[in-house]
Amino acid sequence: MMPADCQALERCNDFVVKFANVNGSGSASANRLFTRAVLRMGVPATPRNVFPSNIEGLPTWYEVRISEANHLARHGDVHLLVAMNPQTWDKDVAEITPGGYLLYDSTRPIPPGRLPCDVVVLGVPFTAICNREYTEARQRQLFKNIMYIGALSALLDLDLGELERLIGEQFKGREKLIAANLHALNLGRAHTLETIACPIGLRIRRADAVGDRVFMDGNSASALGAVYGGATVAAWYPITPSTSLAEAFQRYCARYRVEPETGRHRYAIVQAEDELASIGMVVGAAWNGARAFTATSGPGISLMQETIGLAYFAEIPAVIFDVQRAGPSTGMPTRTQQGDLLSCAYASHGDTRHVLLFPEDPHECFLFGAAAFDLADRLQTPVFVMLDLEIGMNERLTAPLAWDDARRMDRGKVMTVQALETSLDFGRYLDVDGDGIAWRTYPGTHPQLGSFFTRGTSKNDHARYTEEGAPYVENMERLLRKFRTARRLVPRPVVSLAPHQTGSPRTGSRGVPSRRAAIYYGSTSPAMQEAREVLAKDGIALDLMRIRAYPFQDEVMDFIAAHEQVFVVEQNRDAQMRSLLINEGDIDPAKLCRILSYDGTPITSRFIVRAIAEETGGSEVVPLRKAGP
Amino acid sequence: MTFVPKPKLSHPELPKNRLGLTRRDYEGAVSTLCAGCGHDSISAAIIRAFFELDLPPHRIAKLSGIGCSSKTPTYFLGRAHGFNSVHGRMPAVATGANLANRDLVYIGVSGDGDSASIGLGQFAHAMRRDVNMVYIVENNGVYGLTKGQFSATADVGAKSKRGVTNTESSIDLAAMALVLGASFVARSFSGDKAQLVPLIKAAVLHRGAAFIDCISPCVAFNNHAGSTKSYDYVREHNEAVDQLDVIVGREEITADYAPGTVETVVLHDGSALRLHKLAPDYNVHDRVAALAHIQDRERAGEIATGLLYVGPESKDLHENLNTVAAPLASLADAELCPGRAALETLNAALR
Repeated sequence: MMPADCQALERCNDFVVKFANVNGSGSASANRLFTRAVLRMGVPATPRNVFPSNIEGLPTWYEVRISEANHLARHGDVHLLVAMNPQTWDKDVAEITPGGYLLYDSTRPIPPGRLPCDVVVLGVPFTAICNREYTEARQRQLFKNIMYIGALSALLDLDLGELERLIGEQFKGREKLIAANLHALNLGRAHTLETIACPIGLRIRRADAVGDRVFMDGNSASALGAVYGGATVAAWYPITPSTSLAEAFQRYCARYRVEPETGRHRYAIVQAEDELASIGMVVGAAWNGARAFTATSGPGISLMQETIGLAYFAEIPAVIFDVQRAGPSTGMPTRTQQGDLLSCAYASHGDTRHVLLFPEDPHECFLFGAAAFDLADRLQTPVFVMLDLEIGMNERLTAPLAWDDARRMDRGKVMTVQALETSLDFGRYLDVDGDGIAWRTYPGTHPQLGSFFTRGTSKNDHARYTEEGAPYVENMERLLRKFRTARRLVPRPVVSLAPHQTGSPRTGSRGVPSRRAAIYYGSTSPAMQEAREVLAKDGIALDLMRIRAYPFQDEVMDFIAAHEQVFVVEQNRDAQMRSLLINEGDIDPAKLCRILSYDGTPITSRFIVRAIAEETGGSEVVPLRKAGP
Repeated sequence: MTFVPKPKLSHPELPKNRLGLTRRDYEGAVSTLCAGCGHDSISAAIIRAFFELDLPPHRIAKLSGIGCSSKTPTYFLGRAHGFNSVHGRMPAVATGANLANRDLVYIGVSGDGDSASIGLGQFAHAMRRDVNMVYIVENNGVYGLTKGQFSATADVGAKSKRGVTNTESSIDLAAMALVLGASFVARSFSGDKAQLVPLIKAAVLHRGAAFIDCISPCVAFNNHAGSTKSYDYVREHNEAVDQLDVIVGREEITADYAPGTVETVVLHDGSALRLHKLAPDYNVHDRVAALAHIQDRERAGEIATGLLYVGPESKDLHENLNTVAAPLASLADAELCPGRAALETLNAALR
């Protein structure tokens, strides 16, 4: 089939398998089984679900990058396509790298001309086998998925034992289901072994590159962070891609938050009527002393603006998980983007600034998810945890979750009965120690002391309504002071200097300043790290700074000052982080070079390499399709 | 228009309640509303109701949205925490507050613009969730702070002060509350303290969402001839279905009434509502009949007031969510954080 000048690919533990499926066909659990088997063989694998805004019938893809070298970003190439969706056949097949492989259902012949000529074509009559073996339509559908996993185990030399063990774990206690799945798995495998020379040029070889890492998605990790962080009230409105965060919170609460003696709940979850209500409930609960959060995405953030401004001005803690998707408007609701930075950083009318946290992976989603509640209480203000669909909804390898049992919730400056009785003066908005944070009281604390009126209108430092200019300005200045205090409390940036250089690890300043650096955040992390390796081979050395929070610490500005050219790599059209840096740091815009990928797919290292190489002009531009390791 | 603290003067012989507090202890700051505003009468009724219920003022949380009515929580219960939130969003804020601490008493004050227009959705959902709170709408049919525009509760044919006739049909919040599943629905008039005070007390004692639509004339913009929310008009067309006495705890019932004219409703804490029926055959437990009665009276040009509906022992939001007895806000680390060991088990399951 293949032309003589086109070599079949030979790659071990370093390739991409893409599954093209139909939404609702039950393929997700089979595909996940494949990824987990690869992981059990000690080989890192990173899956990505590419799915439509649809329940059933539209195309969906599952792309797994297998990389012993621990490259977790999206690769961009497809080395093996498992084509199970006739609707998208032509487009899917065209994506396969020359020399790559196509596994398809050969029950019905594919017209000549629709089969690619520069790839190895592998046909297995999955439908025919299923129709022979099963009578029920749903069984035929579901077992076909398991069957192609069986075929892959033969083609890629994937350990059958690992697959069998995983099936055993998944259906523990339901022996009939285990047997049925194993049967389907073996049907696919046996037929493939009989008809195709196995293994093919792509192979999975047992390795030890996974370590003790765990495999989970960022939404679940964030929800678990909220449980560990002491959240008791969650109010939310369903919206992709944040829904699974609220649902995971429900699941973890059912496991960890039920009072053993009574079976009653140490949590309250309300599915609100809209996002205006969900943020209102969060603010009401936090005002009354509970730790409360909501999970949403861009359109929800838009609806919450007015109440976020109230929480900022009246100084009420709130935690908002924003799982970003491609906007504006409904945009691409099932595609990823980092498009809400500015609408969150300056959310609401008037002068406002809000704390943002940027987790890079599920591990940090957990850490920041828990820390957000301490920060919100300490700072008495809304705190945004900025995920995106890429981190939130895709499972990936991440450092094991850890917790220090000595850790206690930091409720911030809250006056107790004793404190009220012994202190000279309680003023809700009185800055007694210069950090901009005033003491508060929870409703119901003391019969005579400490009550105050919370309002969105201007007030003096004793919470009394006033429209006079001086106390208004004084209050606004205090809020700025508080925001400066926040810089000391939020996670610091992570700096990684180009390997051959030495100097201060914090700012990158050294005797001879490095010429170039890149700033990035959130889900861009794995692509940036991989891009840096590739660029280094091409002679382009980059210092890296991963920003983990806004407001920016001085070291962010120092880092920029220490470099001649700084690439700001992000996943939106308008270079929102760059704008934020320029706005907050009075930086010369010419110094910050935009590297922007925003088509809804996760950013790739190849994109970054190409864009930076073009900007620097010093390196050969790596051709698109042949790039990569 | 800044805050005016009220001078602390009280007569030594002011009556005291069981907590040893006088009515002054339940007051707030000096009102900045117009002289004669119906809202101030409602504030006075709230003060009296809480005083008579012997409730410690600091264990009450008062919440509101935006508008003239929403300013009033400043003018009562100065020892209680208050929250003047966002226009139309009091119900969500009150719901969240209630979830955090089930032990406080919640009173939400709203207006007809706040609840029937911008906040209609939140009003509806607070009713259907049966949040344990008193929800009072101070209903004057106009936007006061923006100077006299019609609100959504203005009746068809009502004339504005500028002579404009309202053509859009009005929203009856009491009827809506009935349809939405509220377990306590009442209507009253700011000018009828004898009716209003017991209704507020009953609403406080009731478990679940207790809604009071209180017609409260706007002296500045809606008290003229042609208005259907003026003092004169409401006095002439007010048709109460019942008159209420509230008997707290184990107070003895002493007075005798003719059989059939009085009904006693016992509440979850043992308190009782004694209803003197003014409309013959009115059944206060029949949601459908209540709705029919309201609409029938409306067609006749009358306003049905009184306790219109009280459900059988209701489940509030906390019961439906099966939350623990202690306030969620009071739970400590040990009750909330599963700790390291649980995380290690979880890690193992994620490999």
